[in-house]
Amino acid sequence: MSTTALTPRPVRRRAARSPSGALGLGVATLWLSIIVLLPLAAVVAKGLDGGTGTFWTAITTKQSLAALRFTVLVSLLTAVVNSFFGTMIAWVLVRDRFRGKRIINALIDLPFALPTIVAGIVLLSLYGKGSPVGISVSYTQSAVLLAFLFVTLPFVIRAVQPVLIELDREMEQAAISLGASNLTVFRRIVLPNLVPAILSGAALAFARAIGEFGSVVLISGNIPLHTQVSSVYIFNLIESDAPISAAAVATVLMLVSLVVLLAIRGFGRWGARYERVLERDGR
Amino acid sequence: MTVRRPWRLGLRFVALGYLALLLLIPVGVVFYRTFEHGFGAVWDSVSTPAAVSAFWLTIEVTAIAVPLNTIFGIVMALALARGRFPGKGLLNAAIDLPFAISPIVIGLSLVLVYGTTGWFGQDLANAGIHVIFSVPGIVLATIFVSLPFVVREVTPVLREVGNEQEQAAATLGANGWQTFWRITLPAIRWGVAYGVVLSVARAIGEFGAVSVVSGRIAGETQTLTLLVDNRYGNFDIAGAYSAATLLALIALVTLLAMTVIRPRREENE
Repeated sequence: MSTTALTPRPVRRRAARSPSGALGLGVATLWLSIIVLLPLAAVVAKGLDGGTGTFWTAITTKQSLAALRFTVLVSLLTAVVNSFFGTMIAWVLVRDRFRGKRIINALIDLPFALPTIVAGIVLLSLYGKGSPVGISVSYTQSAVLLAFLFVTLPFVIRAVQPVLIELDREMEQAAISLGASNLTVFRRIVLPNLVPAILSGAALAFARAIGEFGSVVLISGNIPLHTQVSSVYIFNLIESDAPISAAAVATVLMLVSLVVLLAIRGFGRWGARYERVLERDGR
Repeated sequence: MTVRRPWRLGLRFVALGYLALLLLIPVGVVFYRTFEHGFGAVWDSVSTPAAVSAFWLTIEVTAIAVPLNTIFGIVMALALARGRFPGKGLLNAAIDLPFAISPIVIGLSLVLVYGTTGWFGQDLANAGIHVIFSVPGIVLATIFVSLPFVVREVTPVLREVGNEQEQAAATLGANGWQTFWRITLPAIRWGVAYGVVLSVARAIGEFGAVSVVSGRIAGETQTLTLLVDNRYGNFDIAGAYSAATLLALIALVTLLAMTVIRPRREENE
């Protein structure tokens, strides 16, 4: 879903102008401004309400820094782990053949369709206190990683799958016939073609993890300086009626998201350009 | 590529094992634990007054947010796919903001605009309109988080189908509305349907943003996801599992709808 959503498509047609289009565009832009842009501007304004000094103090408290560092590190780890397994799962879903593949393929999107709080409950039921298999990660840092891995599972798979389907098998067959091993073929031929898709899936997973709340709030225990992520820290600040600090930390979190968003658009363009080069070469 | 059998089986085992441990077994355990005391207990738990009211509130909020976002989505997609105007790249990027921003920040942003100490909160309160800790706030949060889906699904379809048929219709004397209803909308209908399904799923499932603005008054401003959290917090684990299972079933229906619509949408492209 959002994987396809954020990847710009290269195909463009001639633009046509119509007078009703201008009105529609105006109304739609106004709607976007009222619903999205105005509230986000309020966050930045509130964060800077007490001056840059207050802003700086709010974001550099021990708890705030610890939460931000932990969130970014676990999100990075999430992106790396799911890039690895996501690529592998995509490969198995595209190239392998086994019973029930179509059902598995449909279930990949379940973390997108499942409400985040339900994702939290789902993980708690197996990996929480009173776990039927005796593994409990409740209130540990691993619990946060587990929750992030769950909610970001589909991103890399869904980014890599279409590229792998389109990939021409002739190159691989040629390499095999010249005596290359499976591993060499994957490393030298398959992987280089997948890199833009993997990176863009990983960036989406990272961006999603950075802001994640619902799935971690129950299982992490929200222990300050230990398992507390930034979104939960902001939530606590709101609950304890510290809106200026909450807005300051939220501004930093938004900046991180914006940088990732720009990176994703970059990866998307790279992938699109790559496709165009392949098309031009008649491949 | 001709991958040797042990490699293929190994990869299949590891990939499916990861999926099973992370996704399939945990979801299965929730279903099992929910129904281990029988169907009657589950029914009692999801038909309490608080649960029924949470269910209807969730439906109500979704029924307001999704149609508004669908209209916005189609208009915006038409502008992005057909129009040429300054600032298009910026607008395009702004639409993705709700995907990139934490739900908690979204909730906070609404409090800062419509809360009692927010930009418009006091004026609205004087006019008798309460947004935060009330249903309008939940609706606004839901619109915010599910805003990009229809735009993002419809724009590529519009680009793909092109505008030759629309131009032909215009040449034959159709006005803008006729062209839209008879040419454009039928061409993009599966893209719209897919976007609507994703929006509905997100609207029903939103938790973070809603939990900041709702105030969680049982029977008044408690949605289904908040009910799950509340029950878990009150050590009503069985109750939390029942409500979570209800939401998981809705998610499975969503998944089914996605699977049915996706091939048609791609045919369209």
